[in-house]
Amino acid sequence: MNYRALVIGSGISGMQAALDIANSGFEVILVEKEPSIGGHMAQLSETFPTLDCSQCILTPRTVEVGQHPNIRLLTLSEVVSVTPLSAPGTGAGSGPSAPGTPAEAGRPPVGGGFRVRILRHPRYVVEGKCTACGDCAKVCPVVVSNEFDRGLAARRAIYIPHPQAVPALYRLDTTTCLGLFPLACGKCAEACQPHAIDYDMGPETIEEEVGAIIVATGYELYQADGHSERSEESAGYAYMSHPDVMDGLEFERLLSASGPTGGQVIRPSDRRVPKEVVFIQCAGSRNPEHGLPYCSKICCMYTAKHAILYKHRVPDGQVYVFYMDIRAGGKGYEEFVTRAMEEDDTVYIRGRVSKVFPFSPLAAPVSGASLPDDRHGKIMVWGVDTLTGNKVEIAADLVVVAAAMVPAEGSRRMAEMLGISVDEFGFYTPTNTEMSPVESPVPGVFLAGAGLGPQDIPETVAQASGAAAKVLALFLAARAEEMAEVE
Amino acid sequence: MGIPYFPGCTLSTKAKNYDRSGRAVAAALGLELVELAEWQCCGATFPLMVDDSMALIAPTRILYQAQATGEASGHAGADARVATLCAICFNVLRRSQALLKRDPQMLERINWFTEQEYRGEVQVSHLLEILRDDVGWEALAERVVHPPLPPRRRGGEGGGLRGGEGGRLRVAPYYGCLLLRPYEEIGLDDPEDPTILHDLVRALGAEAVSFPYNIECCGSYLTIKEPEIPETLSRDIVASAREHGAQVIVTACPLCQFNLDYPQRETEAGRTGNEIPVLYFTQLMAIALGLPEEDWGLEEHYVDPRPLFAGMAKNT
Repeated sequence: MNYRALVIGSGISGMQAALDIANSGFEVILVEKEPSIGGHMAQLSETFPTLDCSQCILTPRTVEVGQHPNIRLLTLSEVVSVTPLSAPGTGAGSGPSAPGTPAEAGRPPVGGGFRVRILRHPRYVVEGKCTACGDCAKVCPVVVSNEFDRGLAARRAIYIPHPQAVPALYRLDTTTCLGLFPLACGKCAEACQPHAIDYDMGPETIEEEVGAIIVATGYELYQADGHSERSEESAGYAYMSHPDVMDGLEFERLLSASGPTGGQVIRPSDRRVPKEVVFIQCAGSRNPEHGLPYCSKICCMYTAKHAILYKHRVPDGQVYVFYMDIRAGGKGYEEFVTRAMEEDDTVYIRGRVSKVFPFSPLAAPVSGASLPDDRHGKIMVWGVDTLTGNKVEIAADLVVVAAAMVPAEGSRRMAEMLGISVDEFGFYTPTNTEMSPVESPVPGVFLAGAGLGPQDIPETVAQASGAAAKVLALFLAARAEEMAEVE
Repeated sequence: MGIPYFPGCTLSTKAKNYDRSGRAVAAALGLELVELAEWQCCGATFPLMVDDSMALIAPTRILYQAQATGEASGHAGADARVATLCAICFNVLRRSQALLKRDPQMLERINWFTEQEYRGEVQVSHLLEILRDDVGWEALAERVVHPPLPPRRRGGEGGGLRGGEGGRLRVAPYYGCLLLRPYEEIGLDDPEDPTILHDLVRALGAEAVSFPYNIECCGSYLTIKEPEIPETLSRDIVASAREHGAQVIVTACPLCQFNLDYPQRETEAGRTGNEIPVLYFTQLMAIALGLPEEDWGLEEHYVDPRPLFAGMAKNT
C-alpha cells in the first residue's frame, strides 16, 4: 500500500485532517477545487462562542498547510475518478474489496488503496514566479462579482480571492476573461514583471496511488429561489433579489475587518448604516412541507453572534431576531445566546416570518408627485409573536436570513465516485451514525466535516482529527504487518 | 356564444359601472353575456360555512338557473357554465360548486328542498378566465384601439405609442383575496404571484406595475362595521402602488374597488394630490377597445379618473 492519504476539500476539516496525518510523517495529497484553501471559515469575521477573529485562528493552519513538506497541495483541482486497488494476497480481484483493512483476528491486514485521477485546472499563473504583487489586476478591464465576498465586492478576471490566500497566487478566470490571446487583451501578461502569467497552460490530469481517502467537502448555504413575493414556505425571502436581504455568510463579509467595507455594517443598496436589523432564524430549515426538514444547528449561535457584533458596531441600532427555539447545546453556548439577549438589548421574537419584501422598487419608478412615506427604502418583515399572539410588522433597514446548510455542490457525484452513500439531502452517511461517525461504508474512505451534516467548528475539527486518526491507524497497522512479513 | 351571466347584487346597485362596462366589452369581443332569467343574492361568503346547508341554497339556486339558461340556449352538460364579474360572487359560486361536486348528499338534500334538479355540472367562470382561455390575450390586443396613455404623453396618430415603456399608462393590478384564494378550490391563478390581470393590462397596451401589496386584503366588508380597518389596509395598498409608480389601480372586485377608492375621497382635510384612481379592469378595457364613453362608467368614482383618460374618446 502506498502510505499516502488523499484529502478531498481544504476547508477547516480537510486542513486539520491533512495536518494531523502530515505531522505523523505520512504524505498527504490535499485537493481543493477553489483557487485557495480555508473554506468558509476564511470568510467568517469572528467565530462563536469565543468571538475569536476567524482568520487569526485559521491562517496559522493555512500557512502550515501551504508550507508543510508532507502536504502536496493541489488547488483548482478535482478528483475525477477513484478505483480501488486490488488487495494483494487475497485473490479477491479488483472489485471494491476491502483495501487496507486493519487486522482482524488472525488475519493480516491486506494492502490495497486507491488509484485516483485528479484533474488540475490551469491557473494561467506560474507558481514560483507569481509574487502576488497585484500589478495584473490593476490593468485588467474586466470587473465581476467576487465570490469570496459573496457578491458584496468586485474582483477582476485575474485575481486573488483575498489577501491572505494560500497559495498566495493570482488566478485567471477564463469564464470572465476577455480572451487568452493578445488580440483580445493580454494586458495582465504585459504588466507582470516576473512574467508569471502563461496563457498556454492547459488542464492536466495526474494519477496517484493512495492508501486512504478523507472526504471533507463541506457545505454551502441554501440558495432559495428568492422570488420577492413568495412567502416563507417557498424558502424565498427576497434574498436573491434585493441587496439589503442577505444570508449569514454575506453578513459575515460585512462584519469582517478585512472585508469589502472594512467591517462597517452598511446597507448594500445605499451604503447607509442600518439602524433596524432583522435576523430570521430557521429559514428553509425545520420546514418539512416546503423546505428542508432538518435543523441546521449553527444558526441560533451565529445569529446571536451577528446580533452581538452588530450592536458593537452600531450601538444605537435595534436588533430583532425571529426564532422558533434556541438551540445552543455546546460548551458556553447557552451563556453566549443569553448574553446576546440580555446584555446587548436585542429583541427576540418567538415566531416565524411570513413575508419579506422591499417597500420600494429597486429601480426608481417614473413617477409624478410622491408622498414621502417613512417606509421608503425599507424592507418590510411580516411575522408573528406567538408569545403575545400579535402580528408583527417591522420596517427593517437590513434583513439577515439564517439559510439552511446544505452539502457543498457535487457531494452526490463524489459519493458515487467513491462508492459511499449519501442521505436524501446529499450529506454523506457514515457506516454507523453512533459508533463510526467518521467511517464511510467503504473501508479506507473516511468522512469529516459539514459534508456529513450541519455542525460547528469545534465538532468539525474534532471529526477531522478523528478521521485522520483512523487513517493513521490503518497505515500503521498495515506497515507493522508489512514489516512483520519482511522479518 | 351565449354565456349565462350572474351579475350579483352589487353590480346591480353600487357597481353598475362594472356591470355596464363588463357587458359592453364582452359584447365587443363577441361574448354574449345572457343574464340569468331569475336570480337572487349569492350569499356573499356566508354560504361557505359548511355546517349550515341552509345557506348553500342561494348559490345552488343560481347554479340551477345557470343550468336552465344554458339548456335553453342549447348548452348543456359539460358546456354548462356561468360567468361572473364580482370576485365575491365568483368565490362563492366556484366553491359552492366544488362543495356540491364532492358532497352528492348535500346536493340531493338541497335539490329536495328547492324542488329543483340541479345536476351539479355548471362550470363557474370569471370573465378574466374567459378572456384568458377563450378569447386569448393576443386576440384581445388586436382589438385595442388606444393603448391607454396618460394625458401628457399622448402623441398624434390615434393615441398610439411612441415606442419604449416610458409612454404607456402605468397600471397596477390589484388582485385582493377572493379572486385567488383558497387556491385548491379557486385555481384561477397563482395565489402568491398571480399574473392574469398583469397579462390583461399588457394586452391592452399599458404597463403592468407589480407591487408587493397586490394580494393583500382590502378589509372587505369590515368597511361597513369597522371602516378604520379597511382604511388602514387600503392606505398601505395605495401607498405601495404609488411607491412603485402606478398611475391607476385596476381591480376585479366591487368591494376592493370601493375600499381602495373611498378612503382617498375628498375630505375637510383636503387632498394631497397624490391620489390614484381605482378602476375595474372592464373599464380599462372599454377605454382601450374604443367603446363609447357612456360605457366607461367613470363618473361614479371618488378619485376621478376622467382627467387621466380625457381626450381618448375623441379618437374613437
